This record gives sequence, C-alpha cells and structure tokens, in this order.
Amino acid sequence: MAAPDPMLAGGADFRTRLQTWLPKIVLAPSFAIMVIFVYGFIAFTVYLSFTGSRMLPSFDLVGWQNYDRLFRIREWDIAVSNLFVFASLYIVISTIIGLMLAIFLDQKIRGEGILRPIFLYPMALSFIVTGTAWKWFLDPGIGIEHSMHLWGFENFQFDWIKDRDMAVYTIVIAAVWQSSGFVMAMFLAGLRGIDNEILKAAQMDGASNFQMYRRIILPQLRPAFLSAFVILSHLAIKSYDLVIALTGGGPGNATAMPATFMYSYTFTRDQMGIGAASAVIMLMTIAAIMVPYLYAELREKK
Amino acid sequence: MGFLDINNVTKSYGAVEVLHKVDIQVQEGEFLVLVGPSGCGKSTLLNMIAGLEGISSGEIAIKDRVVNNIAPAKRNIAMVFQSYALYPNMTVGKNITFGLEMQGTPKAERDKAMADVAQLLQIENLLDRKPGQLSGGQRQRVAMGRALVRDPDVFLFDEPLSNLDAKLRVDMRTEIKKLHQKLGTTIVYVTHDQIEAMTLSTRIAVMYDGYVQQLGTPKEIYDNPANLFVATFMGSPAMNVLSSKLVEMNGAIHAQITGAEGQDQHLRIENAPDAYRAYLNKEVMLGIRPEAITDPEGADRNARNIQMLTNTVSVTEPAGADTFVSTTLSGKDCIARMRADADVHPNQPFEFAVNMDKAVLFDPKTEDRIA
Amino acid sequence: MAIASNESAMRSSNVTRMFIYLVLLLFALFYLLPFGIMLVNSLKPLSEITEGNMIALPREWTIEPWLSAWSTAQIGVEPTGLRPYFINSIAMAVPAVAISTVLGALNGYVLTKWHFRGATWIFGLLLFSCFIPFQIVLIPMARILGILDIAGTTYGLILVHVVYGIGFSTLYFRNYYAAFPTELVRAAQIDGAGFFQIFWRIMLPSSGPIIAVCCIWQFTNIWNDFLFGASFASGGAAPMTVALNNLVNSSTGVREYNVHFAGAIMAAGPTLLVYIVAGRYFVRGLMAGSVKG
Repeated sequence: MAAPDPMLAGGADFRTRLQTWLPKIVLAPSFAIMVIFVYGFIAFTVYLSFTGSRMLPSFDLVGWQNYDRLFRIREWDIAVSNLFVFASLYIVISTIIGLMLAIFLDQKIRGEGILRPIFLYPMALSFIVTGTAWKWFLDPGIGIEHSMHLWGFENFQFDWIKDRDMAVYTIVIAAVWQSSGFVMAMFLAGLRGIDNEILKAAQMDGASNFQMYRRIILPQLRPAFLSAFVILSHLAIKSYDLVIALTGGGPGNATAMPATFMYSYTFTRDQMGIGAASAVIMLMTIAAIMVPYLYAELREKK
Repeated sequence: MGFLDINNVTKSYGAVEVLHKVDIQVQEGEFLVLVGPSGCGKSTLLNMIAGLEGISSGEIAIKDRVVNNIAPAKRNIAMVFQSYALYPNMTVGKNITFGLEMQGTPKAERDKAMADVAQLLQIENLLDRKPGQLSGGQRQRVAMGRALVRDPDVFLFDEPLSNLDAKLRVDMRTEIKKLHQKLGTTIVYVTHDQIEAMTLSTRIAVMYDGYVQQLGTPKEIYDNPANLFVATFMGSPAMNVLSSKLVEMNGAIHAQITGAEGQDQHLRIENAPDAYRAYLNKEVMLGIRPEAITDPEGADRNARNIQMLTNTVSVTEPAGADTFVSTTLSGKDCIARMRADADVHPNQPFEFAVNMDKAVLFDPKTEDRIA
Repeated sequence: MAIASNESAMRSSNVTRMFIYLVLLLFALFYLLPFGIMLVNSLKPLSEITEGNMIALPREWTIEPWLSAWSTAQIGVEPTGLRPYFINSIAMAVPAVAISTVLGALNGYVLTKWHFRGATWIFGLLLFSCFIPFQIVLIPMARILGILDIAGTTYGLILVHVVYGIGFSTLYFRNYYAAFPTELVRAAQIDGAGFFQIFWRIMLPSSGPIIAVCCIWQFTNIWNDFLFGASFASGGAAPMTVALNNLVNSSTGVREYNVHFAGAIMAAGPTLLVYIVAGRYFVRGLMAGSVKG
C-alpha cells in the first residue's frame, strides 16, 4: 500500500530501481532461512519418517512402516495418554486459577501492583529451574512430606513423584505453577478491555455481581479463553524440559511424553525413522490447533 | 500543455480498475480541488501525482516532464498529509528542514529557508518543540511549513483540515486561501468536504466511482451540474430532486409535479433549451436548490421567472440565519431555505416562490443533465 | 433500585473482600514458596537439609553451596562449577538476541511499510514457524550443524536461536509497525529519504519500547532453552540450563541439594533480573506473543 509500485521500476534510473528492490532484498535472508530451516527441515523430517533410518539418516523408503510400528510401541501409548492427561489437567486448572486470580485482582485490590508480578514471575524462569525446585520439594525423603513428619503429622504422605501412577500429576502441579500467572495476565487484560459503559448499563438493569460476570463479562472474554487454550495446549505438546528436569520421564517410563519419546528414540535408541514419525505426529497435532487460529487472526486483521 | 498534465491516467489493482481515464490539465497558479465521497479515487489520484503509487496507464507530466518513472522526491512536489505526518522524534525545525537535508542542501541555506518559512507562517517560537507538544492548528502550520520550505512546483494537500475542529477548520481554510493568493502556487487539494471545495478552488474536479464526473469552476459545478451525482453531492442541504413530467400548456413548457395532497402542480419553464422538447410528456428529474424555493418576499429580485406554488408545510427548522422548511412534493420531502423571519407554520398551506431560472432537468435513466 | 442493590452488595462485600484477599495471599504464597525454599536451602549446610526440615530457616548460614555451585561442583565429569556454562550462555544469548532483533525489525518494517503481493503469506509462514514443535527440526539441524562444522559449539547454538527467533521478533515488529502511521513514511519519501534512511531516521527513533519487548522476550527464551542446548551443545559448550540439569541429575556421589538450589538460582538469575527491572516489557511481550493483536 505504502510502497511505490514496482511499476515505477521500468525505465527508471538505477537508484530509483534499487529503492524499489531494497525491501525484497532485505527480506530475502529471513525468507531463505525460513524456507530452509523451517519448512525444508519439516519436509526432510517427514521424508525420514518414511525411511528405515536408524542411527544415521538413510534414504530407503519403507512406506508407513515406522508409523505402523510407532503405534504398536507401548511407550508411545503411555506417552500419548500421559500427554492427554497432562494437557487436559494443565489447561483446565491453569485456566480456572488464572481466571479466578484475574477476577479477584480486578476488584480494586490494594497491593495489586505487588501481587501481579508475584503471580507472573515463574513465567520468566527456565523449566529446568522450575523442575529442579519442585523435584526436591516434592521428594518424600527431604521435601514437603519430610517436613510434615517433622512437624508431627506422622501419617502425612505425599510421594506422587515416586509413584508410577501419580507422577504425571506432579508435572501438572509444576507446570500450573509456572504458567497460571500468565493466564491470569491474559484474562486481566481482557477484563480491563471491557467497555465500562456496558457494565454500568448492566448495573442499571439490576444485574447482580454474579450475574454480571456470568452473563456479561465472561462471554466477552471469549478471545482470551481461546488464546489461553491455544497457548497452553501448544506449550503442553512441546513440553520437554520440565519432564526431563522433574522426573526424567520416570519412574521407569511412567511420565514419558511424546517430546521425550522422540528424543530418546532418535538420539539414544538409534531409531531415527520412528523418532521422525513421532515428531511428525507432534507437528500435525500442533498444526491442527494453530493453523485455524492463526488463519483467523490474520484474516481478522486484513 | 498545462503546468501539471494528467493525461488519460488509469489505476488498476490486479484486474480491478479503480481509476478510469482521468484527464485534467492544471495551469500554473491554479487551485484544483479533487472532491468526492470516500473511495471515489481522489486520494489515489493524488498519490499517483506524488509518486507514492504507480500509474497503470497514461501519463503524468509536471512542467512538460513526464514523471511516471521518477521517484517522489525528484518530482519537485510537496505534500501536506491528513495526519500532518510530522516526524515525532524530530523538533519542528528539523521536521521542516528534513527534506532539504535529504537533498544535500548546506546547513546555512537550510536555516535561512527555515527562518523565512517560520516567519511566513508565524511559527518562529515553535521551532525547538516536538510535534507532540503542539496543538492541532500548530501542527497544521508546521506541515505546511515543511511543504513550503522546498519551494516546489506543485503542492499536494490530502484532506489537510479534516482533523481539526469546526472553528479551526474555517480559520485554516481562510489561511490556506490567503497563502495561495499571496504566493500564487499551483495546488492540488483533496477533500470530501464540498464547502472546502467551493471556497478554496479555482477549479473543481468532482469524482465518483473512479470517474471524474465534472471538471469546472465552482460556479459551473454549482449552477450547471453535469449529472444527478454532482447536483446532489455539491451544496448543503442537497439539491431537491423531484420526479416530474414535462407538459406543454398555453404554448410554454411546464414541469408537472404532485403536491402534498396529490394535486397536480405546474411550474412554467422559460427559455427552455430545444433539448427539452424531446422529453415532452415524459418523466424527467427536476432539480431545484433549496435557496431557489423561498417565501414570496424573499425571492431573488433579479430572477426573471418566479413561479408561485401553494403547498402544505410539514416541518420548519429554524437555523438562526435561515429557516429550513420541508414540504412534500412528488411524494418526497422537499427543502426550502427562507429568511429567519418568514411567516411559515407547520401543517398549514403556504405560498412558495420557486425561482425556475435556477431549475435544472435530468434524464431519469442516464442521470445526465438535459441541455 | 440500582442504588439499593449496590448498597446491599457493599454490605456483603466486607466478608467477600476478606475472602478475596485471603485467596490472593495464599496464591502469592504458592508462587513464592518454591523459590523461597530454594533460596533458603541454598544457604544451609547439606546436613541441615538431609536431616533437618526443608521448610525452615538455616540454623547456620553459609554461602559455601553458592561458591561450590559456581566454581567447583561436578558438572558431568569435570569439577568446573557452573561458571564456564554461565559464560557460554551469555556468549550464546547476546549475539543471538541482537541478530534476531535486527532481522525482526527490518522484516517488520518491510512487511508493513513496503507491502507487496505475498507479504501476508510470508508473514503467515513466519508466524507458524514460531509454534512448531522443535522436535520436527532436530534431526536435519544436527546434520546441517555437522556439515557446517559448528556442531557442539556456541556458534551453532547462536545460529539455531537466530533461525528460530526470527519468527517472534518479526511478529513483534510487524504488529508494532502496523500501528505506526504510514503517512510518516510517505512524507519521508517525498522528502527524499531512501529505504534505510527512513528506517534509521524515522522508524527506529520511535521503536524503543518494541526493541525492549523483543530483546527481553528473545533473551528469556534463548537463555531458558534446554532442548537445543541439550541436542547440539553437549560437553564444554553446553549452556547453563543443560549444565544445571547435569548437576542435578548426576548419579555419582552424594546429592548436594543445597548446591543444586544455588545453581538453579544462578540459572534463573539473569532472566529474573530482567523481569524485575523491566517486567512491564516482559508482560507486553508475552501478551503480544499470545494475542496476535
């Protein structure tokens, strides 16, 4: 819109012509990087997922064999169902806590300026740090269980992190701790963006506080709900660092996730073809969520 | 050849042509206003003159030099933008001289030019401020200063007054007109405000839908609109357009319209052009400006053909200097503009004086004026 | 009516407000506790952790764990402490942040002010690249780094972080410049400024806030990265996060929890410091990355 059309170029002097080409020249390196390192690499990995690559990439096509085998590996099953449990709880709990904190903070709270940064700071930390902190805090030998015993609650038991069935929930706890403050910030921004006159009108109509939230405010937070869902699910599917730092995928492989599965099959177990196939499935899952969302966002702005 | 020639210029985005064969010659010292509703192509045309948008076909020449392929900065033009487009990080002085700096003018010369312009526009005391510290009117002056300092062949104005409040707009309008009279520069000015167009211009191009609907002096445009669009777009309140029938009575052509109670009313037309004869006993659109319908005492003394018409008044709207009176003619609200002291009351019959000298007829199908 | 109901809301609100404050304070405790425990226990001798209560102040304060974590702790096989890895992370993050921010700014400028056909598509593709699971690029990236002979080096990590940081930095600058008045660019064009002059003289002087947002976001992300560091820079070139994980999960010897905590705080230090100093920009970056407004 702003630029002089390339139409200017024909027959113009060199400097003018250069000016019309400069924008494209400047964008070119980033474009090339993106084409090669993102989409080229995706294509390469997709290709590998159809080959019999083991320790090193090989180029013999084996059809759907890797996918076929992948779905019959028990650890992948565990990883997928872990991800499902983890992602659902993580999204739901983070959203509930985030929304609650946002609504509470929006009640003209004294000290909001102190509370908000406290709720949000874990987001600035590395998942490795978060994992380290929670790993020892939840450790029954030295952590909270031990402290409770010292305080006289001899029967207190909290050893989920060592329990094959419960370990996945400790990841939920640490992940919620890390990102619920972020969800709070998103909802708070949404709440602050609501037109005050609408609330005044609702008050004039005699709506109670509860009704006001349920009928007027929450429906207007739909974009924030959507963003929270998209961001959290995307974080959940990618989650690798936290699992490694907190449980290392254990006990055994009880807390394996697709991300840890991919890494170990590709780089430690020399099953690159299967690793690639699992990466492709992760990409597809994220794409299924992100593409419609991004498409709608870009559409809206045009 | 004029000073600024726009020869058969078109603009297309892909397959869509948004500007169709525009052909305007501007003489040196002229003040041309491009006026029309939003989306009519007036800003596109201005941007093409500036070099900010390419020309799909045709030619634009400034002082006989074709500029189609010349970068904006080398066309020797200056532009005043709607938002003023003052660089927020530079002082007023820097804003004014940035263009000269880019062209490599020595500092001493720049400072001299800046001082001259600042004096002309009375903004000497603002030179060290940032745009953010200025009022709307001051920004407007600085934007004009930035244009003036370059001493361009053609000034381009893109709706420069639309961001000002009503009173300031009128003041700045006068100021721009004074500046033009004093400096005798060539100006192309885009606006959607028909009053600005009428008051400022030496010539107006009324644009709609990518076409120049009419090009002429303000008086030509106002009195002899080329078609229904121009007739209704220019003038406020808009020209009344009544569907009517041309009939011959007593050897003279009359426009027959319907009164408020459904009765036929006849308005005699004198000195009818021959073209009217072809429309005898056919539908035409009769255009009468509000000020051509008055009370009998208020009628134009120089008019040669005042027709009396009695009809029921529906609403009166006193507006201070004038009173606007609505009455139903040919099934439509028709507005008359009267002196404030006219003795007129709603829901009562009133004798209107219609100045048929000023009436124009349009073909209902082509919407062009019949002449 | 409205006034009356307002008043009744006011009356009940004393109890409600107490409840709200209580919940907010409990959550503040929830967020602060893990970090507080790390801090407190990083200043205790090891015996106080293994035999004593983790949720208690030290009886004997010591900075020994910090010194150990910094310069003598066993990371992998070498007793180097975290110091060399901290330096690795700095050497990796600073250039990667600088390069990706510069590229993002130029891209945003081109995409918004020099619009051409296909620009929206290019942006869409860049945007999607922000959200891919990086597992999908690990294998080919390892190959390319090997071919370029920068596998296992800080240079390799810089390249990786620049490549996958461009998407976000472009997103920030594009959204920021989209709101930047295009008429200013046009005015500068008429004034005779060229492509880079417009960028340098007109756009950049007004870009302070978004540069801060972008740098902070990139720094936080790159500093905190673990996956790329673990995949492409094991051994001496490893970044801080990888070294910390090695420290904590090394299976040999006694588990020195106090040293682990001190190390974790060191790894968190730089990003936490940025958060405390410029939290406003950090939050803006988070929001801009989520609600692509």
